[in-house]
Amino acid sequence: MKILVCIKQVPDMESKFKVDESGTWYAKTDLAWRMNEYDEYAVEQAVQLKEQCKEGDITVLCIGSDQVKETMKKSLAMGCDRGAHIKDDEASGKEPFEIAGVIAEFAKDKDFELIFTGMQSQDRGSGQVGILVGEMLGIPSVSTVVEFSYEGGTLDLKRELEGGIKACVKVSSPAVITCQLGLNTPRYPTLPNIMKAKKKELLSIDIGDLLRVEPRQETMKMYFPEKKGGGLVLEGEAADLADQLIKILKEKTGVLA
Amino acid sequence: MKLLLIAESREGKLLGGSYELMAFAQELGAETAMFLVGSEADLPKYDGTLYLADVADAGEYNPEAHRALILDVIDKEKPDSVVFCHSSYGWDLAPRLAYTLKAAQISEVVGVADGNMVVPVCNSKLRREVKAGTAQTVITLQNGAFGLAEDPAGTPTVEKISGGTGTVIEFSGFELAEAGGVDLAKAQVIVSAGRGIGKPENVALIEGLAKALGGEYGASRPVVDSDWVEHNRQVGTTGQTVTPKLYVACGISGAIQHLAGMKKSEFIVAVNTDKDAPIGEVADVLVVADLKQFVPVLTEKIQAL
Ligand SMILES: Cc1cc2nc3c(=O)[nH]c(=O)nc-3n(C[C@H](O)[C@H](O)[C@H](O)COP(=O)(O)OP(=O)(O)OC[C@H]3O[C@@H](n4cnc5c(N)ncnc54)[C@H](O)[C@@H]3O)c2cc1C
Ligand SMILES: Nc1ncnc2c1ncn2[C@@H]1O[C@H](COP(=O)(O)O)[C@@H](O)[C@H]1O
Repeated sequence: MKILVCIKQVPDMESKFKVDESGTWYAKTDLAWRMNEYDEYAVEQAVQLKEQCKEGDITVLCIGSDQVKETMKKSLAMGCDRGAHIKDDEASGKEPFEIAGVIAEFAKDKDFELIFTGMQSQDRGSGQVGILVGEMLGIPSVSTVVEFSYEGGTLDLKRELEGGIKACVKVSSPAVITCQLGLNTPRYPTLPNIMKAKKKELLSIDIGDLLRVEPRQETMKMYFPEKKGGGLVLEGEAADLADQLIKILKEKTGVLA
Repeated sequence: MKLLLIAESREGKLLGGSYELMAFAQELGAETAMFLVGSEADLPKYDGTLYLADVADAGEYNPEAHRALILDVIDKEKPDSVVFCHSSYGWDLAPRLAYTLKAAQISEVVGVADGNMVVPVCNSKLRREVKAGTAQTVITLQNGAFGLAEDPAGTPTVEKISGGTGTVIEFSGFELAEAGGVDLAKAQVIVSAGRGIGKPENVALIEGLAKALGGEYGASRPVVDSDWVEHNRQVGTTGQTVTPKLYVACGISGAIQHLAGMKKSEFIVAVNTDKDAPIGEVADVLVVADLKQFVPVLTEKIQAL
């Protein structure tokens, strides 16, 4: 069984962000980078499926600059078999229709039985790429999956809805699955597997070879939201902060009365 | 400008997000028509044409069938934009429709500025203004970003529609969230643990503060997904919605899905090491501190009162 997993490298969301010179994206300097959280579940599900079927071949794909190879190596250490790095220094400016177009172009003749993506990326957060890939390839897609089971080409899935309700869904492969938080427990790569990953194949493909679609939207500017104000910010030493907070709670809430 | 608003229902019950679509249209001063797969027994309060497909025929989750029905309505109404809620229904269906229409899709819109759509970036730490390059667009609206100024009123002119089949995805029913356990909705004080607690042992710190304040403890999603706290204590869109007198968010960044479950609390305190964490947007008081040091000191001082 051939499986494709699409991952994105994103900054740690606790980073201090700055807007870059173009004024349309965040500056990429002084940031810590990691795998998009949703994509960790995608990688884990692919690896678990291979373990269950006792056969399989997992390609992990990532579009980005050379820097994303670090994150790709983590997924190889988690158990993916090979990497397809689509080299693009301008990836952050690509909108979801372009990203999906590139993934679909890569996947179109390769007979992947399953394609896993995250339900959304943490930085851009469009939640579109997985479903668009399914549309472009003409195969079904199911989004926001929190439970997954596979048996002989049939997928039993649960989609998560608001309020913790789930929708039970059945679909046949080939299909695209977009993974939601909590789908599984992503493994930590072990040291031997990190060593093994170093020897795994990491293909490099130029973005120009796969980009066949035109963008449909454009970012005009990026900025920090205006602070709505009102909120009080307290900084200092713990005991002092606690005294200040207790005083406020006594004045403003009936809780400590 | 004309908008086609895609309302939502579940098991025949209209969902509240449908009114946020109307609020968005009002803000743009746009003409509208509405589409709903739902039930005649629960119609939106809306003055306009409502294209209604019966959920018994069209299915609760059948994106293929729903897309086909919406495409028929688009043929009749020729809207400039089709507007969905950014919900499990909307984010699933919108890209499929955008693909067929060859339209740009702009996700999770929180506002409109100079005719461009404003969307959040990086857990709402930043904003982005987006301009579509296609004449027709598909838009999803962030939960809670638009609200009607007045209570909705009106009676729709219902046009029943049918057809639209889909066989690829088979929906077999809902699984309800497990019932029982704590009812956070009744608590006057809730202290919640976020990923910032670092390890499961630290849930005790949060529980301790909750006890000292005479309340319950809750949690954000990653803490629940890691099995550190049970699901019936999760606050947010896929957990419970709470409105206590006091909500204390410890080590919670303030993602929109968490805020949706607690931002209507009367008084909100956040404890976070990151001064720029988005939780600061809704907090009455943001204590910039390491919760592992601050929470035990605070608990002790409250106990001593
Ligand atoms: C469809 C959907 C539904 C969702 N439903 C929910 C939901 O119902 N509820 C929910 O909560 N989430 C939900 N989420 C997930 C949500 O998007 C966020 O991922 C989640 O809320 C983040 O949880 P967090 O704030 O605890 O963790 P993080 O975002 O990782 O934040 C941790 C915070 O802790 C701070 N911190 C770190 N160390 C310390 C320390 N020592 N002391 C103090 N502060 C510290 C950091 O600065 C950071 O702000 C949903 C997501 C999706 C896509
Ligand atoms: N640059 C990228 N390279 C590979 N996959 C990506 C990239 N950007 C997005 N994806 C995939 O698409 C999913 C949804 O992203 P988005 O539509 O941007 O929210 C992510 O979780 C990834 O699986």
